[in-house]
Amino acid sequence: MFNKIMTPVDLAHEGDLAKALQCTADLAKHYDAEVHFVGVTTGTPSATAHNPQEYKGKLAEFAKAQADKHGIRATADPVIAHDPTTDVDDALLRAIDDTGADLVVMQSHMPNILDYIWPSNGGKIAEHAKCSVLVVRG
Amino acid sequence: MADETDIEGIPTPEGAADIIETDYRIGQDNIQTKVGPFGIDIHNPVFVISGLLVIAFVIFALAAPGTANAIFNGVDAAEVEGCEAGAFCDLGMRAYLTSNFDWFFLWGANIFVIFCLLLIVSPWGSVRLGGTDATPDYGYAGWFAMLFAAGMGIGLMFFGVLEPAYYFGTPWGDEPLGTVRPFGEDGALIEGNVEEARRMALAATSFHWALHPWAIYAVVALALALFSYNKGLPLSIRSAFYPLLGERVWGWWGHIIDTVAVFATLFGLATSLGFGAQQANAGMSYVYGLPNNVTVQVILIVAITAVALVSVLRGLDGGVKVLSEINMVVALLLLLFVLFTAGAVGILTDFFSTLGAYVQEIVPLSNPHGREDTGYMQGWTAFYWAWWISWSPFVGMFIARVSRGRTVREFITCVLIVPSIVCIFWMAVFGGSAINDIIANPETSAVKANVIDSYSPELSLFAMLESLPLAAITSTIGVILVIVFFVTSSDSGSLVIDTITAGGKVDAPVSQRFFWCTFEGLVAIALLVGGGLGALQAMVISTGLPFTIILLVLCYGILRGLMSEKQRALS
Repeated sequence: MFNKIMTPVDLAHEGDLAKALQCTADLAKHYDAEVHFVGVTTGTPSATAHNPQEYKGKLAEFAKAQADKHGIRATADPVIAHDPTTDVDDALLRAIDDTGADLVVMQSHMPNILDYIWPSNGGKIAEHAKCSVLVVRG
Repeated sequence: MADETDIEGIPTPEGAADIIETDYRIGQDNIQTKVGPFGIDIHNPVFVISGLLVIAFVIFALAAPGTANAIFNGVDAAEVEGCEAGAFCDLGMRAYLTSNFDWFFLWGANIFVIFCLLLIVSPWGSVRLGGTDATPDYGYAGWFAMLFAAGMGIGLMFFGVLEPAYYFGTPWGDEPLGTVRPFGEDGALIEGNVEEARRMALAATSFHWALHPWAIYAVVALALALFSYNKGLPLSIRSAFYPLLGERVWGWWGHIIDTVAVFATLFGLATSLGFGAQQANAGMSYVYGLPNNVTVQVILIVAITAVALVSVLRGLDGGVKVLSEINMVVALLLLLFVLFTAGAVGILTDFFSTLGAYVQEIVPLSNPHGREDTGYMQGWTAFYWAWWISWSPFVGMFIARVSRGRTVREFITCVLIVPSIVCIFWMAVFGGSAINDIIANPETSAVKANVIDSYSPELSLFAMLESLPLAAITSTIGVILVIVFFVTSSDSGSLVIDTITAGGKVDAPVSQRFFWCTFEGLVAIALLVGGGLGALQAMVISTGLPFTIILLVLCYGILRGLMSEKQRALS
C-alpha cells in the first residue's frame, strides 16, 4: 500500500522520537517500503552541527543506524531552512513532494491551548499534505 | 553523499573552510523548559540579565526623569552657572563624548572605510562566507531590500529633507567646513553664494549616509558572518571576539558582550519607536489635522508593534523579507515621483554633481584635526558616527544572518558601495528638490519655514512634498513609509535579540520572539508616556564609544580569520 515513508526527525531531540521511529520501522517492514528520514537544519551553526554539510553527515549516520537496527532500507534527506522557527512546516511539505513519499509518520506533542493559535507541526502537515499522515503522540 | 563525516562527527565544512575547534556546544548553557503551553529555550544568563537590566533602566528613567536626562542628555546650557548660551558646558554624557572624542569617532570610521575598501581589492576578497562551495541564501533583490530596510530606513525619511536644507540655510553656525551662507543678515538671498552652499549641503549630507555608516555595519556583519558560517561558532556577537579572547568568550566576557548588544539594540529600537511615533503623529496632524497627543502616539506604537509581530511570527522569508521588499518598492515609487515632478533632468545632474562633491570633500570632511566648524563636526558628524556604531550590533548581526554564501568581495560591494550610491541618490533627490524650493520661493517655502526659520524637523519631509503636485497622496505615502520603515527595523531587531538571547540558536520557540517584540513596544510606550525617551536614546548613543574600540578589534579578528581561510583553501 505504501512505497515511500517520510519521517521527519529532529536530531537535537533524538530521544523523544522513540515511538515514531518504531512505528516507521514496523510499517516499513510490513509494506516493504523505503524510508526517508528528513531533517531540517539552518545555515547558521546549531546545537547539532556547525554547518549544513556536517548536519548532512550526521543525518546520514542516523539513517544508517536506523536501517541496521531495524533491517529496513533508509536514506537521509537534509533540508535547509532560513528561519526554522517558522519555516519547518513549509520545508517539510516541500520535502514530501521532493521525496515522493506516500506516507508521513511524525511525532507530535500532546495538544494544548497554544495549538489553537499556533498549530503543531504535525497538525499542519496533516492538514496540508496530499499523502497520508500518521501523527504519533509522544 | 556526506559520509565523509567520521564517527565522532568532526565537522566537515562545505568545501574548504577553517573551522575553529572549541569544546563549546551551541545551546549548552541554555535553559530549555516549558512554562504552561509555552516552550522556552533561553541562554543563561544573557536572557534574564538583559531583560532585568532593561526593566531597571526604564524604572530609573521613569522614577527620576530629571536625573536621567541630566546624566545622559545634559541640561540646558542656560541653566548652568557661568556658561554662555550655546557653549558646551555641562551637556551630559552624549555631548561630552561627541565633543571630547570627536577625533576618535572620526578616525575610527575612516579606518573602517579604508579597511573595507582594501578588502575588496585584496586576495581575501575571494573568501566565501559559508565555505568555498556554499551558495547564497537569497537573491540580490531580496538580500539588498532586507539589509537596506534594517540599516537605514527611517533615517532617510527623517533626514532626507531636513539635513540638506539645514546645512544650506543654517543660521546656527553649523555650516559644514565653514562654507558660505546663502542668506544675508537681512534674510535676503545672496545669489553668489547659493551654488556653493547648495553643493556643500548635499556633499555634507551624503558624507553622513554613504561610505562611513555602511563601512561600520559591514565590519560588524562581516566579523559575525565569518566566525559563524566559516568558523562554526554560534551566531552571536561574542563569537567575533574569539580571536582575541579565545575560550573566555563562552564565559562572563561573552555574557557581558552579548548583554550590552541586546541592551543597545532594544533601547535603540524602543527609543526610536517612541520618537518615530511622535514624528508620524506630527506628520499626520500636519497633513490631515489629526490631534497630536500621547494617545494617538500610543495607538501608533501598538499598531507598528502589531504589524512587526505578524512579521516575526511569519518568519524571515514569509514576513521580514516580504515586508522589506514592499518597503523598497514603495520607497522607490516615492523617489521616482519626487524625481520626475521636481524636474528629472535637473535632479539627475544634481546626483552626479553631489557624487562629485562628495568625492571632492570626503577627505576634508573626515579629517578631525584643525577644524573650526565644530558645530558640524561634533554636533553632527561625531554624533552620527556614535549613533551608527551603537546600531551596528543589531544591523550587523541581521546583515550577517542573510548573507551566507556570498564572497567577501561581493559582500562588501553590496553592503558598502551599492547602499552608499543609493543613499547619495536619495539625498540628491530629496535634498536637492528641497533646496530648490528654498531658492525659488524664499518667502513662502514651507521647508524654509520648518527647518530654517523655526526648527520643526519632523515636518521637513511633508513640507517638501507640499511644494510638489499631488501633495495629499504623496504625504499619505510618506506617513505609510515612515510606519513601514519602523516595522522593518522592529521585526529584524526582534529576530536579532531573540537569537542573541537564545545563545545563537535560530530555532528557539516562537513565543520568545513574541516576547521581545512586545517588550520593545511596551518599553517604548512606558518611556513615551512617562518621559525619558531622550535620556535613554542619549545613553544608547553613548555606547558608541566602547563599541568603536570593539569594532577596531573586530577588524583585527576579520583579518586573522580571513588569513586562516585563505591558508586552508591553499593547503
